[in-house]
Amino acid sequence: MTSNSEWRSAAVSTGTTIIAVRYDGGVVIGSDSRASMGGEYVSSRVINKVVQVHDKIFCCMSGSLADAQAVTNAVIHKLNFHSMQMGEPPLVQSAASIMREFCYNHRDELSAGFIVAGWDRKRGPQVFQVSLGGMVVEQEFTIGGSGSTYIYGYVDAKFKPGMTREQCLSFTTNALTLAMDRDNVSGGVVHLAVVTESGAERQLIPGNKLPMFHRI
Amino acid sequence: MSVVIPSPTNTSRYLQTTIIAARYDGGVVIGSDSRASMGGVYVSSRVINKVVQVHDKIFCCMSGSLADAQAVTNAVIHKLNFHSMQMGEPPLVQSAASIMRQFCYNHRDELSAGFIVAGWDRKRGPQVFEVSLGGMVVEQEFTIGGSGSTYIYGYTDAKFKPGMTREQCLSFVTNALTLAMDRDNVSGGVAHLAVVTESGAERQLIPGNKLPMFHRI
Repeated sequence: MTSNSEWRSAAVSTGTTIIAVRYDGGVVIGSDSRASMGGEYVSSRVINKVVQVHDKIFCCMSGSLADAQAVTNAVIHKLNFHSMQMGEPPLVQSAASIMREFCYNHRDELSAGFIVAGWDRKRGPQVFQVSLGGMVVEQEFTIGGSGSTYIYGYVDAKFKPGMTREQCLSFTTNALTLAMDRDNVSGGVVHLAVVTESGAERQLIPGNKLPMFHRI
Repeated sequence: MSVVIPSPTNTSRYLQTTIIAARYDGGVVIGSDSRASMGGVYVSSRVINKVVQVHDKIFCCMSGSLADAQAVTNAVIHKLNFHSMQMGEPPLVQSAASIMRQFCYNHRDELSAGFIVAGWDRKRGPQVFEVSLGGMVVEQEFTIGGSGSTYIYGYTDAKFKPGMTREQCLSFVTNALTLAMDRDNVSGGVAHLAVVTESGAERQLIPGNKLPMFHRI
């Protein structure tokens, strides 16, 4: 993997923390709610980075907000069309694949990374990470955005496969809170979405209801 | 945190590392990894010990430029020894941190090294100080440093509790180092630990294959 200065500056401008986790029966997707300009000005404190691209498929945006929104809108459109053509709800893998197509074909112009997660009838709950240049990796859970560097240790230590829905929600909320506590450009409220066979449900946890950790 | 472009031609001896010190009732546990890399690509030493004993019951951990860190550490050992002889008693951890800070601040334009100073003294018991790049000194219950520390901020924030036992503290430090070494390219090798209490200092080494395993996705 090459390292060039453009990649570095793109990563630094990612002012967010996003996470998606799979459990038996569904996925939990979460993000913070801060959009910042230049690392000093908070342009929005309530932005929702968890976007519904289809009934049971969500995606989280990170990186340049403009690029992420453009790609997400294009994916929603194309996925809808694909779903009508197939005559059935789309696979999560299809959504990730469409996302990857955009990211890869325009990799020189875009700087946005995504997490695509959801539920489909063929393979149940799935989490995909579609990163900056268009690489797609399926994982049990994944984290992204600038705030994610601070919680790699935490999620590596705390994740176990086969969690219940409540454990998964708690894991996601704790991870987001710890990242928001340390990352300047992540913050605000926690946006969550839970996707299962029966559908999708959104939650919002305000800043004052987030878990408290020992502060030194 | 400055960024070094990984390249074999960049031969600055940047001691990108993971260091940590934590206080518990009765002592401190200090730990580091053991990797020294050049240019972020070549591992110049896989067994370097970044936990340096500056006095009987005071240790310091080095991060940043290896040359700068060693130079400052040697100067601190010398000056602290002299100070201790003058006072006629073992030095305070705060004195060690203060001497370290003096060097770092007076030469802040030339140096680029950060330290953790931790130990035990009779006046205030176990203490952990962070002496960062420009010469700021902060006393904390625990502190982490080095390039690998960014990955474990969340873990240490979540898992640290004041008033741990010695075993809990050792386990906390070992887990944190392992998680950082798992994610940071330029941290790795073995875990060097030191435990300092009223009765003295004791070093431990945990080889790579004896480190705790976490769920790997």
